Amino acid sequence: MSKFFTSSIGQKFFMSITGLFLMMFLVVHLTVNSLLLFGDGELFNVAANWMSSNPIMKVIEPILALGFIVHIIYAGYITLKNQMARPTGYKVSNKTKASWASKNMFILGGLVLIFMVIHLANFFWKIKFGTVDTIMVNGEELHDVYGLVAGLFKGWWWYDALYILGAIFLFLHLTHGFWSAFQTIGWDNDKWLGRLKVISYIYAIVIAGGFAFIPLYFLVKYIV
Amino acid sequence: MKIKLNIWKQANPKAKGRFEKYELDGVDPEMSFLEMLDSLNEKLIKEGKDAVAFDHDCHEAICGCCSLYINGRPHGPGEEVATCQVHMRAFKDGETITVEPWRAKGFPVLKDLIVDRNAFDKIMSAGGFVSIDAGQAPDANSILVSKVDADKAFDAAACIGCGACVAACKNSSAMLFVAAKVSQLALLPQGKVEAKRRALNMVAKMDELGFGSCTNTGACEVECPKGIGIDFIAKLNREYLCASFGEAE
Ligand code: SF4
Repeated sequence: MSKFFTSSIGQKFFMSITGLFLMMFLVVHLTVNSLLLFGDGELFNVAANWMSSNPIMKVIEPILALGFIVHIIYAGYITLKNQMARPTGYKVSNKTKASWASKNMFILGGLVLIFMVIHLANFFWKIKFGTVDTIMVNGEELHDVYGLVAGLFKGWWWYDALYILGAIFLFLHLTHGFWSAFQTIGWDNDKWLGRLKVISYIYAIVIAGGFAFIPLYFLVKYIV
Repeated sequence: MKIKLNIWKQANPKAKGRFEKYELDGVDPEMSFLEMLDSLNEKLIKEGKDAVAFDHDCHEAICGCCSLYINGRPHGPGEEVATCQVHMRAFKDGETITVEPWRAKGFPVLKDLIVDRNAFDKIMSAGGFVSIDAGQAPDANSILVSKVDADKAFDAAACIGCGACVAACKNSSAMLFVAAKVSQLALLPQGKVEAKRRALNMVAKMDELGFGSCTNTGACEVECPKGIGIDFIAKLNREYLCASFGEAE
């Protein structure tokens, strides 16, 4: 059992379960974000404030952060070890057919991470520690998160471009990550392999497409 | 046809090694790739030059000896073929063909294109067997095995231990090989008894010998001459996880 944590399969197992956990988080995140598209932002503001203030989320937040940290640290460690498994490379680079995303998960993950840092600075940091305007909703004082989002996406087009780019990286990362997570925990067979790859694409399109749609929506709304 | 060759030459495991250029005329398109190398060597020997060392034995994709990385692909062009099944008609007249040995920490180069694949034997010794004497072939109905399991076990048993999966993998992972060996036995009643110990020990040996981990790129199954699929890797993961979390044997 103790060997499990240091074995190659054990390490991949942690990549897989943290990945699955983060993918569940993406669903919740997108669900809340989709409220941006309805009404004048009141609904979203109520949801966003609830998310940042209720006690359950206070517990989940550090777990989520831990999920990210484990996923990132293991990714770095595994990638390094895997590179060491081939000290001398080939002269002719490999021509074997394999999906581009699957071979570049570390780079894609790194790009998503860079995006995430910017994203956290844009919103999370400001809401948590910074200066967000407050508005009154039903007699309650709430952070105007909607205003913050709308302001960013309406004000600077390059932020829209950046968020769409981030979604593209996320899309590629998820097309491989989703089915790969199931494969690594052994929840796969010859029948499900193809099916899981299809579900992977559907999941990646819905999640990344959803996240990319939001800046597009504000951009169009602003131009029109 | 006439071809140009760019072949890895390395005198011994410690030597530095380099690519050597050769030209070969009068190559018959119906020649196998290994026959072409034989004729190159004949020419080199006649010229008093050093022949190219390469591994081969049965020439019918059973022994798993031939192991060349040809133009960026383990076992060269074609699907589900070992190097011995590649013919010169797969190449164009005048083409430059680059031939390299398998590259992996677990497979050190011995000489030119020959690598030491002893690591696979060590992994097998760690558990790729049934400890009891299974005796003669039993009566067909004395031990019942479902057709599905029998077919699957047979598919896995097709692995010839060539190492192309390691050579194709960007992580030099030996997971497809180990998956085939673990699955083949775990699927059958005679092998199930030691399944846990086998999975744990073979994976531990694989890690110890410096092979990378599986990131599910699927490159291995594309190059496997025996069509072993990565669904067996899922089975290995399952076997390993159950063995790790299950009761001690
Ligand atoms: S799994 Fe396929 S590629 Fe790997 S050693 Fe066996 S036969 Fe060769």
